[in-house]
Amino acid sequence: MSVFRALVRRELSAFFQGPTGFIIIAAVLFLIGLGFVVVLSGLNGQATPIPVTQVFYSTYFFWLILLLIAPIITMRSFAMERASGTYESLMTAPVGDWQVVLSKFAGALIFYAILWVPLLVCSVVVRFYVGESAVLGLGPMVTSALGILLVGCLYMSMGCFASALTRNQAVAAVGGFAMGAALFFTGFFSYFAGDRSDWIAQLARHVSLANHMESFSRGVIDLGAVIFFLSLTALFLYLTHKVVESRRWK
Amino acid sequence: MIEVHNLTKRYGQHVALDGVSFSVGCGEVVGFLGPNGAGKSTTMRILTTFMAATSGSVRVGGDCVFENPMRVRERIGYMPENNPLPSDLRVGDYLKFRAQLKRLANGDSANRIAKVIEQCGVADVVGRFIGQLSRGYRQRVGLADALLAKPELIVLDEPTAGLDPNQVRSVRRLIRELAGGHTVLISSHILSEIEMTCDRVVILHEGRLLASGALEELMAKANAAVVAEVRASLTDAKKWAAKLALGQAECAARQDGYVRCQFTNAKSADAREKIFASANERGWPLRELSRQAPSLEDLFVNLTHGNGGGK
Repeated sequence: MSVFRALVRRELSAFFQGPTGFIIIAAVLFLIGLGFVVVLSGLNGQATPIPVTQVFYSTYFFWLILLLIAPIITMRSFAMERASGTYESLMTAPVGDWQVVLSKFAGALIFYAILWVPLLVCSVVVRFYVGESAVLGLGPMVTSALGILLVGCLYMSMGCFASALTRNQAVAAVGGFAMGAALFFTGFFSYFAGDRSDWIAQLARHVSLANHMESFSRGVIDLGAVIFFLSLTALFLYLTHKVVESRRWK
Repeated sequence: MIEVHNLTKRYGQHVALDGVSFSVGCGEVVGFLGPNGAGKSTTMRILTTFMAATSGSVRVGGDCVFENPMRVRERIGYMPENNPLPSDLRVGDYLKFRAQLKRLANGDSANRIAKVIEQCGVADVVGRFIGQLSRGYRQRVGLADALLAKPELIVLDEPTAGLDPNQVRSVRRLIRELAGGHTVLISSHILSEIEMTCDRVVILHEGRLLASGALEELMAKANAAVVAEVRASLTDAKKWAAKLALGQAECAARQDGYVRCQFTNAKSADAREKIFASANERGWPLRELSRQAPSLEDLFVNLTHGNGGGK
């Protein structure tokens, strides 16, 4: 366990030893702030029938952060160690492949979670002025946070997988972005599908991240969505492990 | 400590290692010698469980590296080629991190870190970022990491590559100090280095084992050269050398009237006696007569030309 903790700490420290982590935080802070302003000016003092959390997800900023920033967080995890050669000293220390994969995933996920702290502050500010808990209820806030975390799990695992495949960080970032964008836009088909009920429409609806996030932001924990995110996360972590293990295949 | 049997590694069509077998006993300091691309690093990577072999078996301390990689990793301290280190960590933090990975108990870890810092002479740079260190210091940090868990086996891939002569000397001294307490495997393409630090060598060329054995034994196989300097004219000396028939002879006139004759392949042990008697007979002054110990360089050239060239 202490080995795992040491590995996670190392992952996190890598973000903050250099400018990388701070640049990412600054970029996300800017996007969150922009989204927040858009939401506020859209509300414009009027009553809203839907929770504020839901309004935020319908802005582009949330998805921009997820699609663009997630691959940047994960791109260095394996690719940089491979490029610099430290991967060799890491993988010949008495640590297991799973420990390495999970610690890299956990480090990325924790950093991702830190990125969203400003949003929490924004919500508190809104609550302070609005005063009513109906607009920004505790329920939707908690489930939204859960949704953000779950979608983060999926995107971090996907990014780790992309990073494990290459020793080039740029390739890792582009690969992670491509996978993330593909998944996101596949879900978009559900809007065009309308009332169609063939398997393509059903699939599109099932993988639609926007749909899943919408239910979370309304304060609903959709078990289907939870299973969807967790199972895909597990799948990508498994694939990452296979890639890490593959260097020892005969 | 190490038993390698019939080790083969292929990368697609390219054969990196071709049926290599050798063994290393406990407490030995063994040099792994070969030109670049001979398969040294590949062998080390397989030994340290970083990669799998295509076929063959490798045991470290009795444990198979393919079946029991974790047991093997606990036994080894490994410094990979080019000594990769994270540049964004301070030396002290890096060693602490590595101690945690190697599961040193907390109290023990502080002691061990202090010990290797002293042993490798990195006390001055403990608080500095690894990225800012000179090559010599980086190398020592790598060595400190390899020694950290008091491993039974220390594997160093080209530990003195890129160092200046003073740094090379200090690293060599450190390696010699390790002998006895640890089994050490060092790779190098610098022959004099192996000659100075190792009891035994394993010579690889193009993925094959050329020779393996105690240094003296291998040296004995290489033909010693005998050098004689006599005062005579070059033509006389050449005739004399040819008449002596002590293998190949090379004669070169020196500026002060002496001729230096070098007899290679002088197989008979009494070549010097013969040369002395013969020069004496002619009344030629003889100012030098010596048997030159073959360097590992000679040995290596001999071996690679004999076996590798015709392939």
